Amino acid sequence: MRGFAVAILLAAVGMPSAQALAQEFNLVIRNHKFEPQELRVPAGKRVSIYVANEDVTPEEFESATLKVEKIIPGKSKGLVRIGPLAPGRYEFIGEFHADTAKGVIIAE
Amino acid sequence: MFGALIIVFREVIEAGLIIGIVLAATRGISGRGHWVAAGVLLGTLGAGIVALFAEAIANAFEGSGQELLNASVLGAAVVMLMWHTVWMARHGREMAAEMAAVGAAVSAGKRPMTALVVVVGLAVLREGSEVVLFLYGIFAGGASGSSLFIGGVLGLAVGAAFTALTYYGLVSIPPRHIFTATTVLIALLAAGMAAQAVQYLDAAGVINVLSRQLWDSSPWLPQDGIIGHVLHTLIGYTDRPTELQLIAYLATLTAMAALAWLAAPTRARRVPA
Repeated sequence: MRGFAVAILLAAVGMPSAQALAQEFNLVIRNHKFEPQELRVPAGKRVSIYVANEDVTPEEFESATLKVEKIIPGKSKGLVRIGPLAPGRYEFIGEFHADTAKGVIIAE
Repeated sequence: MFGALIIVFREVIEAGLIIGIVLAATRGISGRGHWVAAGVLLGTLGAGIVALFAEAIANAFEGSGQELLNASVLGAAVVMLMWHTVWMARHGREMAAEMAAVGAAVSAGKRPMTALVVVVGLAVLREGSEVVLFLYGIFAGGASGSSLFIGGVLGLAVGAAFTALTYYGLVSIPPRHIFTATTVLIALLAAGMAAQAVQYLDAAGVINVLSRQLWDSSPWLPQDGIIGHVLHTLIGYTDRPTELQLIAYLATLTAMAALAWLAAPTRARRVPA
């Protein structure tokens, strides 16, 4: 539990410097679809993806392979931090509209 | 409609299992129904508040607010489960003896329900806020929403039925084993929560060590399937665990066992359960 407390403390005083090194990417949710549907990111690095939800409805960015579950309310932006990734394809969905909101991240 | 049912059901499985376990673990305590109902009510209220402030929470802590909130909620639940285990180790035996001697009602009022109520409340809060947002999204989405909404409500109903199933499954265990069974379940539940919490901290960018994936059992038992999801809640099954997740899992299990052993009265230690 001590590690947990330290972690919260770290969060409170600001993110560790590793954050500054993360490369940034953008995704847009529009009409329950991701744009672009395919995103290429560098393998072996921390990556920050800003997901802008332009719909009025909330969406949950979810990927089992990336181990991410993130709610992004309507008309707002969410930050998804992933990596370092091994090279490969990582599929993600918008869980609330899984039939249309699909995409893939390619780490290379 | 069916899609909405599945989404909501998947979200409420976890809270449903936890409520079922808590109800089974507190059998024979009068008024526990009110306690658990209070936990569900407070959790639902909290879920509404979290959903209402979803955007502000998401933007807090440089965009990691949601992950840190989830990690904190899970961490608090783990602490509560530890407290409960310690208390049960200290008093469980005498309580069991009393129950055998003069009936279940004697233990009423003696046992702190607070820890378990908080666990129920936190589980409902965490899962419930997603359900609230999903259902809100259906409303905000407009006209075609009504059948989706019915699906969502049906999903809640199926979740409640699942809670009942968990409860009756557990209470069908012979009474002399149920104490051990719920203690072990609560320890595994806590270990799984701790493993989830560290993954949220990783996603928040707070801890980025030991994040190597240990194995991938998703082809055989995917975590997003119903069975995988139930096992995920019950015993902390993870199809792609990181090193840190396994460490957190084992450390919590060890801590639970150590706390239970240390808290047990010395005379009880010699007698195997």
